Amino acid sequence: MATVAAVIASTHHPFYYRASTSTGADRPPFADEWVAKIEAFRQTLTRAEPDVLVMVGSDHFHQLWLDNMPQFLVGKAPFFDANWHNEEREFGLPRMRLAGDEDLAAYLLREGLDAGFDLAFSNELRIDHSVTCPIITLRPQADLPIVPVYTNIFAPPMPRPSRFVELGRALRRMVEAWPSDKRVAIIGTGHLSLELGGPRQFGPHGPDPEFDRKAVAWIANGDVDGCLSEVTLASLHAPGNATHGFMDFMLMMGAAGDGVKADYTDSLDLFHTMEAYFTWYPEGAPS
Amino acid sequence: MSKYLLDKFLYTVDRDPELVERYREDPGGTVDWWEREIANAVLNCHAAEKSTWLAFEEAERRALREHDHVALFQLGAHPFLTLTLFIAMFERDHGPLEYQIAYARAMDHITLPYPDIAT
Repeated sequence: MATVAAVIASTHHPFYYRASTSTGADRPPFADEWVAKIEAFRQTLTRAEPDVLVMVGSDHFHQLWLDNMPQFLVGKAPFFDANWHNEEREFGLPRMRLAGDEDLAAYLLREGLDAGFDLAFSNELRIDHSVTCPIITLRPQADLPIVPVYTNIFAPPMPRPSRFVELGRALRRMVEAWPSDKRVAIIGTGHLSLELGGPRQFGPHGPDPEFDRKAVAWIANGDVDGCLSEVTLASLHAPGNATHGFMDFMLMMGAAGDGVKADYTDSLDLFHTMEAYFTWYPEGAPS
Repeated sequence: MSKYLLDKFLYTVDRDPELVERYREDPGGTVDWWEREIANAVLNCHAAEKSTWLAFEEAERRALREHDHVALFQLGAHPFLTLTLFIAMFERDHGPLEYQIAYARAMDHITLPYPDIAT
């Protein structure tokens, strides 16, 4: 059976690529500290020696649109082209192409459907920064095949937070039962408190530092029950109007396991939003 | 309310660099043309396979014609779509983050709960 080599949860900040590659007067003052934290975080994936990456993220109205909106979708294709015109325009993100693992995608679709998740699928998916940001931060050589799993954290009505946790648990179970000798890392990205297009956007820090503090503790401690007891679709409006992206962190808490503390936790308080990075090693920390 | 159509306008204009420029320079003409020619196009379908029922309400048409991001927010347009398109049109006229912060300050009078964005 396959091995879950690592479970990784992260924010996906589209400004990292530009901040980390800029020089001279264009380089923001926080770039060096940010790069140092990302390089340390990257080591947590490198040490896990993965063969394939399951990448949980969310399309930002790029390919998935309101005339046909899936709640959960698995990409099954030999390749995934990446990043969109408006991400090049606003964030300076590069065009990318990642290989896909169609065997694992087909397996997750079949097993997921049989486990009660009516997963949509796509055989031609151009992925966006929710998946490419963690490639840029965690695996910049982009040399491993991926299976993208998209969630709807963007267009109401959305599934409830508990459904995200359940899908994370199911992904973990399915990967562990995959008849393969491969080492799989399950990586997912979301947000802490975040406001986009509202009065609280682009402040000196995230819109709700108190929510961020609690959220980091829930994730780092694997406190699924505590998180689910406070977080609802309605409550997520309060910390910022884009905070439903936190549900992808909750999915990753499900994948990491109830009550399982992260083996690696880090965060960085930036303008606009707080960055947070977590890694779990289900088979014990690699030496 | 036709929040879906507002979002469709923002979405289809944002992804077309020529339309972004056209909307920046001639918002009234672009909105009129778009409502006439594009509003009823089913995206990803042959041009002849059109819808027959989509139209803006006057307040929506006016908010788009006036580049009024605050009114769009209050009408329930998806804030990510509005922000992304307006950054594409207007960030260039300002210093780093200046536009994004001014965009927020123009909305300081808006309090929770925000308008519903469900379509």
